Order: sequence, then C-alpha cells, then structure tokens
Amino acid sequence: MLEIKNLHVAVDGKKILHGINLSVQTGEVHAIMGPNGSGKSTLAQVLAGHPSYEVLEGEVLYEGKNLLEMIPEVRAREGVFLAFQYPVEIPGVMNFHFLKAAVNEIRQHRGLEELDAMEFSRFLDEKIQLVEMDPTLMNRRLNEGFSGGEKKRNEILQMAVLDPKLAILDETDSGLDIDALKTVAAAVNKLRRPDNAMLIVTHYQRLLNYITPDFVHVLFNGRIVKSGGKELAHELEAKGYDWIKEEVGAASA
Amino acid sequence: MAKAKEIQELTDREYQYGFVSDIESDSIPPGLNEDVIRFISEKKNEPSFMLEWRLQAYRHWAKLAAADAEPKWANIHYDLIDYQAIRYYSSPKKKLGSLAEVDPELLAMYEKLGVPLQEREILAGVAVDAVFDSVSVATTFKDKLAEMGIIFGSFSEAVQNHPDLIKKYLGSVVPYTDNFFAALNAAVFSDGSFCYVPKGVRCPMELSTYFRINAAETGQFERTLIIAEEGSYVSYLEGCTAPMRDENQLHAAVVELIALDNAEIKYSTIQNWYPGDKKGRGGIYNFVTKRGKCAGRGSKISWTQVETGSAITWKYPSCILVGDDSIGEFYSVALTNNYQQADTGTKMIHIGKNTRSTIISKGISAGHGNNTYRGLVQIQPQANNARNYSQCDSLLLGDKCGAHTFPYIDVRNNTGVMEHEASTSKISEDQLFYCKQRGISAESAVNLIVSGFCKEVFKKLPMEFAVEAQKLLNVSLEGSVG
Repeated sequence: MLEIKNLHVAVDGKKILHGINLSVQTGEVHAIMGPNGSGKSTLAQVLAGHPSYEVLEGEVLYEGKNLLEMIPEVRAREGVFLAFQYPVEIPGVMNFHFLKAAVNEIRQHRGLEELDAMEFSRFLDEKIQLVEMDPTLMNRRLNEGFSGGEKKRNEILQMAVLDPKLAILDETDSGLDIDALKTVAAAVNKLRRPDNAMLIVTHYQRLLNYITPDFVHVLFNGRIVKSGGKELAHELEAKGYDWIKEEVGAASA
Repeated sequence: MAKAKEIQELTDREYQYGFVSDIESDSIPPGLNEDVIRFISEKKNEPSFMLEWRLQAYRHWAKLAAADAEPKWANIHYDLIDYQAIRYYSSPKKKLGSLAEVDPELLAMYEKLGVPLQEREILAGVAVDAVFDSVSVATTFKDKLAEMGIIFGSFSEAVQNHPDLIKKYLGSVVPYTDNFFAALNAAVFSDGSFCYVPKGVRCPMELSTYFRINAAETGQFERTLIIAEEGSYVSYLEGCTAPMRDENQLHAAVVELIALDNAEIKYSTIQNWYPGDKKGRGGIYNFVTKRGKCAGRGSKISWTQVETGSAITWKYPSCILVGDDSIGEFYSVALTNNYQQADTGTKMIHIGKNTRSTIISKGISAGHGNNTYRGLVQIQPQANNARNYSQCDSLLLGDKCGAHTFPYIDVRNNTGVMEHEASTSKISEDQLFYCKQRGISAESAVNLIVSGFCKEVFKKLPMEFAVEAQKLLNVSLEGSVG
C-alpha cells in the first residue's frame, strides 16, 4: 500500500529526514517510535503533504501512485488520513458541517453521489456508534474549546467517518488520561481491518499496549535504525532509547 | 513563501458582473450649479416645493464644498472627487409603459445578472421596482399592493401622485443639513423608491429594488423613503451590481425610514457594486446615508446588510429610537478584498424609555482590503432603562489586510445597560491544511469558515436573499486562499 524509498526531507532549510525506507502492506499496523526530535512528526506531516516540508530526495508510492505529486486534499480523498498531534481549532464551523463537507468532497472524488443532510446524519450515527463516542461532539464548533482529550477523540471520530485506507496517527496518545487512551485505542481497533493500514507514530509504548502493531520501527536522527515485531516496543519501554543511540553510535564509529 | 502566494491567488479574482450595456442616455453635460438643479426638477416635472427644497440643499452643499467640508474622519483614502466633472442627470430615452416595451438589451443585462424581471414577477412573492440609471424602468406588482392601500413605486411617481406624503416626510429623518453627501443627494437626486404602508397593514411580500449604475461618469443619487403607519409591517430588499468601469463612480444615496406606533420595518441590503480591479483601479465610491426613525411607541426598525462590493463603502444605517419601547437592530457583514475599503457601522440613538438596540457586525478582510467598524451607541438623559448589545467580530484572510473597530459609547442615563463584545480572528495556514487533510479544498474551507462566521447575520435575511448572500460571499472570496 505504502512504499517509502530513500526519503530526505527538510523544514525551514534544516534537514530532518535522511533517507527513510519503509514498506507498509494492506492489513498491517506499523508503529514508528523514537526519541523527541528524531523526525517522527515530520514523516507524518510530509506524508499528508504539509506545505512547510520540503522533499529533497526520494519517492513515496501509495497504491502504486506517486503520493508526493498529489496536493494534500487529493491525498485525503485518495484515502490518506492524518490524526493530528495538535488538532486545529476552526471557530464557527460545526463539526457536523465540516465532516459533511469532507465526506462529500471525498465521495465526489470517488464518483459517488453526495449525501444530503439527512443521509449524512444517518451515516454519521452509524460511525459514532461503531467507535462508541459522544455524539454531542458533532454539534460543537470544530475543536473550539475542546479539551486536549476531546480533540484527540474527535480526530479518531473523524477517522471513523472518513474511513481512510491509510491512517497516520501522530502522537494520538499524548495528553490522554488512561480512560481516554482506552476509548481511543478501542475505537482504533474497531477501525482496523484487513483492507486498510495504519502508521502509528508515538514516543511511548503505552498506546501499543492496547493497539498491537505488526511491526515496530525506531526512528533516530532522521533514519530508521531498527525494525522488529511488537516485542521491540516492550524492549524500548524497558530500556529507554539510550541503548539505540549507543548502538547507532557504535555502528557509525 | 508558497503559502502567502496561495492566499494571494485565491484573493485575486475579477468582478464577475463587469460589462457595459449600450443604451442611449439623455444626459446633461458634467457640472453642478443651480441651473442643473432646475433642469433636473423640471425634467421630472416636480412641484415647486421640491425645487425649493433642492435649491436650499444645493446652497447648503455649495457652502460646505467651498469650506472644504467633505468628511475626512473616516478610515478611508481616496483622491479628491471633482464634483464638477460628474454628470448629474441621465435617463433612458424611451418612455416605457410596460415590460414588453423594455429595451431588450436592458432585459438581457438583467439576465446576465441573474435578475430576469419576467421570472421575478412569476417567482414567489417578490415585487420588483428596477432602477436603471436614474429612472425607474419597470415596476411590477403595484396593482396588487395598491388594493391593500400600499403605495410602492418610484420616488418620481410618488412626487407626482402623493406630494403631501413627500412634503411631510422628505428630509424628516435625514435633513439635507445632515452631512455633505446627504446635502448633495438632496440637491440632485434623480429617483429612487417610495413605499407607504397604511395603518394595520402587513405587506404580504418582500418588496425589492435592484439598483444598477450604468452610464459613464454619471453619479447615482437615489433617495428612498419608507413610511410604515401604526401597526403595519414591511420588509424591503435592496440589492445591487454594476458593470465594469475604470473611473471611479460616486454613489451617494439617502434612505429614510419612518416607523410609527407598533410598526415594523425590515430593510435588507446586498451591495455588490463594482469593487475596482485587483490593483485597486476603478470601483464605486459608496457614500450612503441610511437612517430610520422609530417615531412611534413599540416600533421596530431592523437593518441587515451584506456589503461585498464598492471600492469604498462609507455607510452607517442607523436608528433613532424616539418612541418608548422601540427597538433598533443592525446586522452587518462587510467584506473587503483586493484594495477595497469599508468604513461602516451604525448609530443607535436611544431617546425613548425602555428602548433596546442590537448590533451584530461581522467584518471580513482579504487581500489588501481594509475594514473598519464604526459605531455609536448613545443613551440620552431621558432614555430610562435603555439597553444595547453590541458584538463586533473581524476575520482576516492573509497578512496584508486590516480590521479596525471604533465603537463609540455615550451614556447619559445611569439606568442604561450596555454590553459590548469584540473579537478578531484570522484564517491560518494551519486551519487550511487541516481542512485540506480532510479532503476539503481551500476554497470550500474558506467558504465554510466564512459562512460559520456570518451565520448570525445571514439568518436575519429573507430566505432567498440569504442564499444569494452566501453565494455572493463565496464568489467574492474565490481566489482569496489556495
């Protein structure tokens, strides 16, 4: 589904990613872990097409197509979803209207009929029930005055509604208390299917206690320095990131 | 940066209604003097009291002009207007009795504007009094209204048929001494609309006038007078667009509303005159005096405006709350894009007891636009228990535009209650990226945000106007973000 080859990325002239290689197949969940400043969020943002990130080198294929050539809204309509680390507030716009606009632009892109307000309302109810979230979130202004936890839950609710093929979760666990973390993880697990894939970017292992990844990759200084199965996450939790740094240091010495 | 460029591209958008239709005009040469006033009055076959009034207004204006008393306090900038270079009268040559006789070119123009008169006639309950240049060309639904005793038509007709009403009310809310542009209008106004709703009558349809400026170098000076007798109700809609022009055109209209005991007047405007091109060349100067007098107890006047056009807007639809328990309202959306400037707001003058007023102002600035809210809430000594609520919100798109707020509050009675809220926000790149990441294009994102921002005002508009206003905002902002 996703094929990242030798990806080099800079932001504001500063090089952050130094040749990322990663392959994600349909049905897989990959976790990207790493210490602060290793380039995790940069990877998430560049896949979503944030204009501040400049691709210097490399290639990203999404379903065989050149992802980097697509403008951000086309990526979204093609099924790439980013759950933001810092969801943006959009005052005055109701969550309901926002999602209706999003769903209809995506449907239009895929050659489907647009949903009217009634149809969308029914469609939305199903999705809300699926992820067992508070339906009153829909009648509030988008992220305006939301608590940190509400914002993160709302991201996952949007993910449920937009039903992406590739979901990128950027530090979705940060700022969540344990109950909220469980709610979010349960929702993500319900959305996990053999016909989609997820990339979970996280600093801590705790989210991975609830969402079991198929693969874990450690990102350090803009490179993936170690890959493994879910047990790698436990190892990181137990030993911290220092031993990775040492390993990398030894290898490059 | 790429981002700033994106914003700019979306802001760059040419006026969609720019074209000039070719209808012969019966004009007088440019310039202004007493002879011109006499020419206009004679051309319109006016009774002598009208000529006298115009001449007094002209003399007052000439004094102001000589003293260089054109108002300069507004937050707008433009080159001095040469009032001697303006042509003060023009009208379509042919006299028209019915729609069938209307110049096909004019009808074609209305088609282009999406205002097909014939269809409007058939369409649900909207009577249309079309002002083309300075003379009303066609008035519809008049007979129907006449059966109920409602007089609705051109100002000129009213001068001929109801001189007593004109004499009684003309200048009673906006005297020619009010300001420079009001004096000019009183002297040279060529036509406009008149509406009289008799006691206890509820006007069954929205009354609507489409204004249009056409002949080159012809200032447009309309005058509207609406009188709602005791216990009556009327909703009046005014909407405008204008063809593409390079030179600036002055527009100085006056609107006077009078609501007697328990009467209600709802006045809605969509203003979409030519705003000038992307570089700020051309465009209409819209210097308008609009004021309503809640003369009677329990009367209500409500102004709703959506201002998207004109190079410069200078406009303060106001309410003088004379009657006890009377209510004044002002709901406004003003948008400035490219190099447009708007200095607009309202005055709520509380004179009667228990008077209430509400002000909701939404300013949107894009491109190099400059948007100013200027308002006065005054509670006079005898106005016990007066209340005002004001809310002024500004929304900025891009980093080259400006928003300013000048709320003046003058309370001289300590039983008054005043509330004022204000906010300024900006559509950020992060918001746009967030929307795009959900599959929403930048343009749709801006429309979503803007419509959320304006909702409170739009819901005050009559249904069909609200849809039109939303569309107009979208069109006006197309090209403002990428």
